[in-house]
Amino acid sequence: MSRAEAVPGPDTRPDLGEAVAAPAGATRSPGLLWTFGLFRSELATTFRRWRTIALLGVLAAVPILVGVAIRIETSDGSAAGGGGEGPAFISQVTNNGLFLVFTALAATLPFFLPMAIGVIAGDAIAGEANAGTLRYLLVAPAGRTRLLLTKYATTMTFCLVATLVVAVSALTVGALLFPLGDLTTISGTRISFAEGLGRALFIALVVAASLVGVAALGLFVSTLTNSGIAAMATTVGLLITVQILDQIPQLHALQPYFFSHYWLSFADLMREPVYWDDLVRNLGLQGLYAAVFGSAAWARFAAKDITV
Amino acid sequence: MEELSAAESDRTDDTGGAGAVPAEDAVIATRALTKRYRGGQLAVDGLDLTVPAGSVFGFLGPNGSGKTTTIRMLMGLIEPTSGTARVLGRPMPRATRAVLPQVGALIEGPALYGFLSGRDNLMRYDAADPTADPRTRRTRVADALDRVGLTAAAGKKAKAYSLGMKQRLGLAAALLQSRRLLVLDEPTNGLDPQGMREIRALVRELASDGTTVFLSSHLLDEIEQVCTHAAVMAQGRLVVQGAVADLAAGARGRLVVTTPDPGDAARVLKEQGVADLVVTETGVTAEPPDRELAELNAALVTAGVRVRGFGVERASLEDAFVALTGEGFDVAG
Repeated sequence: MSRAEAVPGPDTRPDLGEAVAAPAGATRSPGLLWTFGLFRSELATTFRRWRTIALLGVLAAVPILVGVAIRIETSDGSAAGGGGEGPAFISQVTNNGLFLVFTALAATLPFFLPMAIGVIAGDAIAGEANAGTLRYLLVAPAGRTRLLLTKYATTMTFCLVATLVVAVSALTVGALLFPLGDLTTISGTRISFAEGLGRALFIALVVAASLVGVAALGLFVSTLTNSGIAAMATTVGLLITVQILDQIPQLHALQPYFFSHYWLSFADLMREPVYWDDLVRNLGLQGLYAAVFGSAAWARFAAKDITV
Repeated sequence: MEELSAAESDRTDDTGGAGAVPAEDAVIATRALTKRYRGGQLAVDGLDLTVPAGSVFGFLGPNGSGKTTTIRMLMGLIEPTSGTARVLGRPMPRATRAVLPQVGALIEGPALYGFLSGRDNLMRYDAADPTADPRTRRTRVADALDRVGLTAAAGKKAKAYSLGMKQRLGLAAALLQSRRLLVLDEPTNGLDPQGMREIRALVRELASDGTTVFLSSHLLDEIEQVCTHAAVMAQGRLVVQGAVADLAAGARGRLVVTTPDPGDAARVLKEQGVADLVVTETGVTAEPPDRELAELNAALVTAGVRVRGFGVERASLEDAFVALTGEGFDVAG
């Protein structure tokens, strides 16, 4: 276009330049800290909502319930899990409280964790649109790409925080109700408690990374509608549908592409040596979902008419 | 101004519909701006709008006339179907990042985070602006709150605010930085008469600092009180734009004679050659003739007509509007 566009920054028109103090910083390129101001604001806004606190509360309660249930069930000396039923590792919890971390993550990963992510991701754009705050963020101007990246980064931060809440709650309950000490891996070898703790943390990170795909999917759904509730319900509905389809044997050709298919592969980190194949497939699949639905969300949001 | 004209030579032909306003001084200039929604509904149809720098520009029109769609296109929220929109000399929506930090906006009422305090709402909106300096954020937020009279309620959760307080907080968000342009969509909505006066005073104060104010409203007298320029939209099209004084002058005033003898007064006036006589209960109104009005009054008194009041009633913007559009101020079908 014209040369006027080639030069960024405010117009240096003399008649206005004198009357109005030029906005400070309009000519400066924003520093890194300034750019992250929106991310910090977004984090603070998300974690100050009652809804977020309630979701984290529910997640923290799951290990408590599981731990207390195992404690009561085994108080007469019988083995936990009644012979293979229930989430992975449940039979080991009575021997070592650290196993409650793995049990709790295995119990929350199929539904509780992704549901919480679905709520946060689904509400990310649609909730702002619903409240009308989206138009004010955009005229601030937050920038559509910057806002979308901020929302995705915040959702992923929530994935990590939610997983750590489950893990820390489980570790605390496990330490209070059961003995701690060296542990036996699935392969039968013994590892020290410190190494077990390290693996628990690594497993928590892998679980958080397993949720990246759902987060991207939820964010994409969130750009499609102006109703936060509809976006949340759609995301959680998709999650349940995929979980059901993953159980139907006739669909085995499709199942490796479901975002939840390799979720429970995190248990392979408890093998000696670690069995990496499914773990890598899981992380690769999450990356693929993030790329596909992240791009779709961007394409949709960047061109969207904001009429609310 | 010479170099400037050269730099902006690509739009020197853009004089808009006002004619009198050169495009170089335009803070907002649209050319054949059109928006057709997906359903096929034509919301804005070939709009040529020119808002001169330093003006308080009233944007009038009934509900559904395309005002808000126009404002959303100017703010880069909606992509035009065709035509161009330039704000502060730069094209929208392409130059949003450079233009919008210099623009404060209140669009279709305030929108707030109910679970955040008034102050935290402003902190969040300020954080969204990448050009806003975080070091001065607290001070600027406090100043903006003070300016709209919300300092005392700054710590309260926004969901506990009344409609008027929300409106003030929305205005405060538009005033977080010094702006070259303020776009205020129905800024006095939900305010009591005292609040409306305060907002009008604030608009005048900002305008005297050199800020251009683009004010949409359906209240004609409000526009007449604060605006220097105005444009009227109806059914997606621009009906008229220009200086408020010129617009009101377009509709001629009426000669009003208040008298207990309307019959005699009408007869005398007719003899004097006054046209368009209308006899009312309290007197006579007529088209003011192009001659010394004192002579008319003398003629009336000489003829024994008891005159209680005599004068020309100035045309209001509403008269001008009705004269221009030939219709009332109703919601478009």
